[in-house]
Amino acid sequence: MAEEEAGGLVFHPMDQFVIKPLFGEGPVNWYTPTNATLWMALAALAITALLVFGTRGRAIVPNRVQSIAELLYGMVHKMVEDVTGKDGLKYFPYVMTLFCFILFANFLGLLPKSFSPTSHIAVTAVLAVLVFAGVTVLGFVKNGAHFLGLFWVSSAPLALRPVLAVIELISYFVRPVSHSIRLAGNIMAGHAVIKVFAAFAAVAAIAPVSVVAITAMYGLEVLVCLIQAYVFTILTCVYLKDALHPAH
Amino acid sequence: MFSLLQQTAPVVVEESETVIITESAEAAGHGADAAHAVAGAADAAHGASAPGMPQLDFTTFGNQIFWLLVILAVIYWVLSRIALPRIGGVISDRQGAITGDLMAAEEFKQKAKEAEAAYDKALADARAEAGKIVAANKAEIQKELDAAIAHADAEIAARAAESETRIGEIRASAVEDARSVARDVTAALVENFGGKLDQSLVDAAVDQRLKGALQ
Repeated sequence: MAEEEAGGLVFHPMDQFVIKPLFGEGPVNWYTPTNATLWMALAALAITALLVFGTRGRAIVPNRVQSIAELLYGMVHKMVEDVTGKDGLKYFPYVMTLFCFILFANFLGLLPKSFSPTSHIAVTAVLAVLVFAGVTVLGFVKNGAHFLGLFWVSSAPLALRPVLAVIELISYFVRPVSHSIRLAGNIMAGHAVIKVFAAFAAVAAIAPVSVVAITAMYGLEVLVCLIQAYVFTILTCVYLKDALHPAH
Repeated sequence: MFSLLQQTAPVVVEESETVIITESAEAAGHGADAAHAVAGAADAAHGASAPGMPQLDFTTFGNQIFWLLVILAVIYWVLSRIALPRIGGVISDRQGAITGDLMAAEEFKQKAKEAEAAYDKALADARAEAGKIVAANKAEIQKELDAAIAHADAEIAARAAESETRIGEIRASAVEDARSVARDVTAALVENFGGKLDQSLVDAAVDQRLKGALQ
């Protein structure tokens, strides 16, 4: 991957995304613990630390860690309730799982030398397909054939409805694609750009500019990490609402 | 998205090479920096196109998907079994505690109001009682006073009557004295003027004269 440029700059912006076995060298089999495994597991540990050990006191007046845990809980709970209604709260644990996983994987990926599982399309595609498949099955189980009303826009003129139905159908099946690529693309691009700026820091003349640029990008990435987790979660809620209340 | 990057890559790389060769990066400041960034991104896409982006290395997909499902299952289990019920419980407990405290405060407020009303009532009762006692005492004192005044009046009347009788006696004795002195003086005068003393006539004349003076 290393490439020599005219200025002697060496760019490895994509090396950070390579999946390697955690112990020794060798092929990556389906069961091999890799760096992706490590950082996903660290995300799970961090979530457990915050939401389980942080709330160990069960205090009526919470300490700082418990406040943060309650803040996350309250935010996602309110989101699910506002978007899907009371009957969507049954699926709150799964939405919370998605949100926490993406949030912590994103933020842990911002640590130097770390690895972002959410920068991989394989991971985000599975997350998106789980939501898509779950929502579709749920829609048919809850509403039967009425779920197809989602594609039949009854408020539009009759002549337009078949056209709209085709458009709605396409947009429905594009959902998991945009859902997954949005997250992976944002995280991957941010990390790659930071890496490129870091490579420029090797040239003394432009190093200060590079360092300032890295700092600015890093700040932006912190924002992006939160926003992408939020966007993924709220879209999940919107799709869930379509499944529970398909009437247009 | 990736194919788009790959298409634009050669063009951007050419541009960025001129920038790097002229070494105007420092002077050009942020613009050049941005160009570098684009160059880097393009280079990334360019470099990745040969051995492939790690994201598109399908041999690792099975591994990632397997571990992702394991981790998701673990997180879901931890959240749904332990964390979320606990946090939900704490939040509803807090809500209950706040509601309970508010109700208790309302109750205490009510009690305070009742206590104030009772205090006011007791105060009013005490005032009324005090007024009654004052009135009763006043009446009693008035009665005693009236009795004392009546007693004093009676005594005064008795004393006055006594004095009256004594004054009457004194006056009567004074009239008698005046009368006897007048008789004696008249008799002496009659005698000295050489008249013949007839005591009874003198007495009658003196009495006649005194009738008007000593009444």
